[in-house]
Amino acid sequence: MEFFDVAWRLLVVMLAFLVLPLLVGQAEHKVMAHMQGRVGPMHAGGFHGWAQLVADGVKFAQKEDIVPAAADRRVFQLAPAVALVPYLIVLIAIPVAPNGVVGQVVDAGIFFVLAVLGVGVLGQVMGGWASANKYSLLGGMRTAAQLMAYELPLLLAAASVVMASGTLSLPGILDVWQWWWLPWQLVGAFVFFVAGVAELHRPPFDAPLAPEEIIFGPLTEYGGLRFAFFMLSEYAGIVVISALTSVLFLGGWHGPFADQLGWLWMLLKTAALCFLVIWMRVAWPRLRADQIQRFAWTCLVPLALAQIALTGVVKVVFL
Amino acid sequence: MGLPGSGLAKGLAITLRTMTRRSVTAHYPDVQPELPARSRGVIGLFEENCTVCMLCARECPDWCIYIDSHKETVPATTSGGRDRSRNVLDRFAIDFSLCMYCGICIEVCPFDALFWSPEFEYAETDIHELTHEREKLREWMWTVPEPPPLDPAAEEPKEVGSARKAADKLAVQLAEQLEQEQLEQEHGEAAEAADPGTPGAGTPGPAADSGAAEPPTTDRPEKPERPDRSEPSDRSDRPGPPEDRRQGREGEA
Repeated sequence: MEFFDVAWRLLVVMLAFLVLPLLVGQAEHKVMAHMQGRVGPMHAGGFHGWAQLVADGVKFAQKEDIVPAAADRRVFQLAPAVALVPYLIVLIAIPVAPNGVVGQVVDAGIFFVLAVLGVGVLGQVMGGWASANKYSLLGGMRTAAQLMAYELPLLLAAASVVMASGTLSLPGILDVWQWWWLPWQLVGAFVFFVAGVAELHRPPFDAPLAPEEIIFGPLTEYGGLRFAFFMLSEYAGIVVISALTSVLFLGGWHGPFADQLGWLWMLLKTAALCFLVIWMRVAWPRLRADQIQRFAWTCLVPLALAQIALTGVVKVVFL
Repeated sequence: MGLPGSGLAKGLAITLRTMTRRSVTAHYPDVQPELPARSRGVIGLFEENCTVCMLCARECPDWCIYIDSHKETVPATTSGGRDRSRNVLDRFAIDFSLCMYCGICIEVCPFDALFWSPEFEYAETDIHELTHEREKLREWMWTVPEPPPLDPAAEEPKEVGSARKAADKLAVQLAEQLEQEQLEQEHGEAAEAADPGTPGAGTPGPAADSGAAEPPTTDRPEKPERPDRSEPSDRSDRPGPPEDRRQGREGEA
């Protein structure tokens, strides 16, 4: 029984990992198109281009696997996997519905999740270093700098929630979550979400990729399936960051009829945040590398510290 | 620039508003475009009007019009008259791989033998196929739309003016003839009448005159010498492919 239970949970997590990023990618195609007065893909699959990403995947799979002659071969080939797998592992720890509907209950879940998330970014740094390409190197350096800058506010904002709930376990946090945590942790939510988007190098924080400037940075030399893995990791990252934000700050499965519809609330909140990520990409221009650094250190870090102070005061004085 | 971040909010608002509106994408292969009148798609040849004057071929900046012809002699119609010679068109082709759609040939044609058609879907996989021979150019004529109506208070087209002049002249002639006949009749019936022609002779038939002035204004054609007016032209089905259209016409005929 134990074995089948674990296998069943892992299968579902794997399925979610394969399906949700594609849904987000398709949503990005369509939402971005309509926000720009276009219609986006219309032909693949027949109905409003629903199979566009499947078609893309088939195309990627057909391409030749090229490693530049001067590249650090092993590191270059390993980088996409390092970028992609951590998001799969993070998904295991994210609770979807009450009463233990989660891939695996991890006691120090928040530590686990944030540590593994940081590994994902390393994949891009590896790719940037191993490509033997100056643009990739520039992008890799920017990636590393961005990782350093935004990991701190991300951790501080998460720490604020941990302080409020008094537990490191993600399902544990949701068990004690109350609706008034929303305004209480509002600043923390902002910091966490923005820092998460910045770690994914999504616009407006995509200076490390910057196709018009340093031609996709760490991904310049990648093609075919490896490039597809990097792309998939980006969208898996959107799913993970949105899910984590909704678990930590928006109450995850909390909502009317949470016992039956908890998973639906969780999905809806995650989807809304994914939409926000796409929306920001369409509406806002790219920040320069120095602007990204300044935003992290002069804006997000002080805000996160202020949130921790507020959490501490409320916790000590009122609870 | 008011509050910091108001520009970001504006960007979000604009994109969201755009998302709720209809997209402007033209779904071309699925939906045919609504082309404006006088679109320059392809050139049709109304070969019945062509006199092989070669003006189009000579004015063409790309030299993409090919014309071959020969002379035929038409025997004199009256005895003792002179035989007439006449140009007969053997080949008329336009190479649309060279054509730059300037429309000079159509402008320059003095006999209204060339017309713009809005049809544009005649891409080929072989460049030689883009040389449309006379039969094909004649087929394009079926797709030439009726010219759009003139702007309100626009100057009257020259051909309408000349047509009216001719019609007026004809009407006056007709009226005079009628009058003449009437007079002769009256003379024949009442030869003893003293002054027969008073009603008609003083003013040359006011009734007849007004009647003569009427036809050109009421039922004058917009462009009398437009050759395709004899065809029942309905503009609603203009963007349809020429084959369908042709079949439809053959069905009608």
